[in-house]
Amino acid sequence: METLMQAVVSGALMGLVYALISVGLTLIFGLMEVVNFAHGQFLMLAMFASYGMSVLLGLDPLVSLPIVAVLLGILGLITNRLIILQVIRGPMVAQIFATFGLGIFLANGAQFLWSPDFRVVQNPWLGQLAGGLVRLPGGVYLGVPQLGAAVLAGVAFAALYLFITRTKTGLALQAVAEDKEAAALMGINSQRMYDVGWFLGLACVGVAGAALANFYYIAPQVGNTFAIIAYVVVALGGFGSVSGALLGGILVGLVEILSPVVLGISPDLKYAVVYSVYLLIVFIRPQGLLGRY
Amino acid sequence: MLSVKNLAVSYNGVPALHDVSFEVEQRQLVALIGSNGAGKSTTLRAISGLLRPDHGEIAFEGQRIDARPAFAIAARGIAHVPEGRGLFSRRSVMENLYLGGYTQTDRAQVNASLEEVFTMFPRLKERRNQRAGTLSGGEQQMLAIGRALMSRPRLLMLDEPSLGLAPLVVDDIFRILKEINTRGTTVLLVEQNVREALDIADRGYVLQTGATVLSGPSAQILQSDLVRKAYLGL
Ligand SMILES: Nc1ncnc2c1ncn2[C@@H]1O[C@H](COP(=O)(O)OP(=O)(O)OP(=O)(O)O)[C@@H](O)[C@H]1O
Ligand SMILES: [Mg+2]
Repeated sequence: METLMQAVVSGALMGLVYALISVGLTLIFGLMEVVNFAHGQFLMLAMFASYGMSVLLGLDPLVSLPIVAVLLGILGLITNRLIILQVIRGPMVAQIFATFGLGIFLANGAQFLWSPDFRVVQNPWLGQLAGGLVRLPGGVYLGVPQLGAAVLAGVAFAALYLFITRTKTGLALQAVAEDKEAAALMGINSQRMYDVGWFLGLACVGVAGAALANFYYIAPQVGNTFAIIAYVVVALGGFGSVSGALLGGILVGLVEILSPVVLGISPDLKYAVVYSVYLLIVFIRPQGLLGRY
Repeated sequence: MLSVKNLAVSYNGVPALHDVSFEVEQRQLVALIGSNGAGKSTTLRAISGLLRPDHGEIAFEGQRIDARPAFAIAARGIAHVPEGRGLFSRRSVMENLYLGGYTQTDRAQVNASLEEVFTMFPRLKERRNQRAGTLSGGEQQMLAIGRALMSRPRLLMLDEPSLGLAPLVVDDIFRILKEINTRGTTVLLVEQNVREALDIADRGYVLQTGATVLSGPSAQILQSDLVRKAYLGL
């Protein structure tokens, strides 16, 4: 029973991080109908940025987090201007190859520059806080870095949600996502909204990367796992749906951690269970849980 | 105020308009009529920048606008209620109205416009938190008009606002359009409801297969042989 509680809590917490990674993907898709196949590699870059700042400048991941978020946001903007806007009117395959190619380029570039080695940020503040472990009622133990990352992810997600639903720019973003022509007739410049979407989407990836750097290994190929999880989360929650990303993220976090506990299978097989659940749900509801497509 | 000269527009090389010319004077209500496929929507879409003309000139308040992007034309004071209304159906009535006022930077002014729209369409106020997609056809048309008014346009263009509405609702819409015009907004109205449109209009233009073929004061257009035969079935 306690291991089950433990698993539920850790799964849900990790799910918040997945949700934050995925929301950028879903936001960009909702706006431009472009799937960013380099999403995982951007997360990898965010983790390396956080790692680099801790090694070179002695900045804790918590301190560098806003910098990483802004850096990734700017990277998103540049990607949009230099790559996406060039291929958006082209055929779907051109878009797929463009972002897929970018992902491969980034992963190989990172490998070339920084070697394929795994690294970790040494002694992050969150790891030292309260001995790095907290005990919740019910005998559930949680790593402070994991808890901290989940809180950061939750706060960032909530901030994004409020921005989208409560501000004029956020409303314009949703208008462009729903109907570009009608949005133009309202005086909304959709190109500008694409910039905003890419900035926000990748800033979220930046926050997630900096949060993960507190406890996760960092390597050029680390983006692959997260990318696949993000695609599953987005497909599960519904392409283009922000609340779907939250639901999908938590669901994937739970399934991933609960399947070894509940089914008694090897943790190596947990992703097989995640994909099975995904296939099952998408079979019943192809547009995803909260999706419209 | 609006002048369209020898406008030609095509879709992927297939011509839709080849020679459309007309003028809209300030404070006028001008009706643009024509049968299915004549090019009425294409004309409006070219004016609001959704389509690029092949030839011709479109000038608004003395300035060429035919090479400008749609969002910039909207910001200059032209509101276009498109065919099918173009509402954001997943957003609430309120959100649609706020989006209509997107180009307005003065918050007090936006709120004043909102009050005016609610006075004109009390039904919208009752349903302000409802999703636009769940409104009835008449309510949706009211929302589309109200949303266009939120930008305080100097020129309001409407593409078949009566389409698919019950006769009583159509009368309502035409009455409101006349009122909007009387209060000072210039209106360009595209309609297939020829008689009703010409009844409230100052001037009329008839469009046939991509060209303007007849123009004049609306009473004169109503009396013309062309309109009596082809559009009124007399
Ligand atoms: N998106 C499009 N692609 C290709 N051809 C189009 C497109 N839209 C309109 N056309 C063509 O352009 C011509 C003019 O169409 P338009 O929609 O402007 O007519 P309309 O007068 O608004 O007709 P209706 O009263 O049916 O709305 C028609 O021949 C139509 O088939
Ligand atoms: Mg039409």
